[in-house]
Amino acid sequence: MNDMTWFVVLSTVVALLAIGIGVMLPALAMGRAISQAIDALARQPEAEKSITRTLFIGLAMIESLAIYVLVVVLIVLFRNPLLAYLLE
Amino acid sequence: MDGVILWHLGPLPITRTVVTTWALMGLLGALAFAATRRMTLEPGPRQTAIEGIVEALDNGVHAILPDAPNALLDWIGSLWIFLVIANLAGIVPGVSSPTDDLSLTAALALLVFLSVHWFGIRSAGWRAYLRHYLEPYPLLAPFHVFSELTRTVSLAVRLFGNIMSLEIAALLVLLVGGLLVPVPILLLHIVEALVQAYIFGMLALVYIAGGIQSHRAIPSSPGPIPP
Repeated sequence: MNDMTWFVVLSTVVALLAIGIGVMLPALAMGRAISQAIDALARQPEAEKSITRTLFIGLAMIESLAIYVLVVVLIVLFRNPLLAYLLE
Repeated sequence: MDGVILWHLGPLPITRTVVTTWALMGLLGALAFAATRRMTLEPGPRQTAIEGIVEALDNGVHAILPDAPNALLDWIGSLWIFLVIANLAGIVPGVSSPTDDLSLTAALALLVFLSVHWFGIRSAGWRAYLRHYLEPYPLLAPFHVFSELTRTVSLAVRLFGNIMSLEIAALLVLLVGGLLVPVPILLLHIVEALVQAYIFGMLALVYIAGGIQSHRAIPSSPGPIPP
């Protein structure tokens, strides 16, 4: 296989693995955060507003980790800066 | 991903993002101007709707920061209104939402970054505000600075990534499926657009509130709520 084939195969495999793992772990974290929030909600229903607000902010923080992975994967797939060295 | 260049104004390329943003700004400005003419003490249905929106924004800001200054309400409120409209603009056929361009979200995040210091210094004064960087221990000052930089970057990348990924997902489903297949994804787009606008404004508010409250003592948590 020549260099280009290796490049295509490796970047595809790595991108798929990265998005798989990079979504799995934030999903676990989000599930944990939501279950804890529901726990707190069941114990103190009157604190619903502040719990929901904090939960949303926390979920956004966790979610942005998955988004970072997506952005990096898209860069690797579509705009890989190292491709220029290969094409020279 | 990077803005499509529509035309050149001298040496300055005008991208689609700029045009959409200015169009939305003009629309919102005209709506706000038209809505605040002929205000009466006993509001009709139109004025009631506008007052409802303003009151909801007001409640949202005061829930986080009870003594929020009016300028903060203006800033966060316009951020919320603009982001809701800008994120939802992607639903309209032929219009791409301006927030799928990293330049726009980075500009907004930069404004949030600057406003944190502006509001913080205005409420606490230079010395008290700058002292909070040395707060637990002077050795930790670089970490304060670093966290402010990373949270600004993450603010920009979060909004950009969410909106862009939804548009790409709809596009991919359109390529694989047929004409009406991406409709469920577009419904998800509506929910996500509202959530992301809320999150961006709320995080900006939390950061600014952190800057304002940095010089105050941390309030002790209230005691257990009586049954």
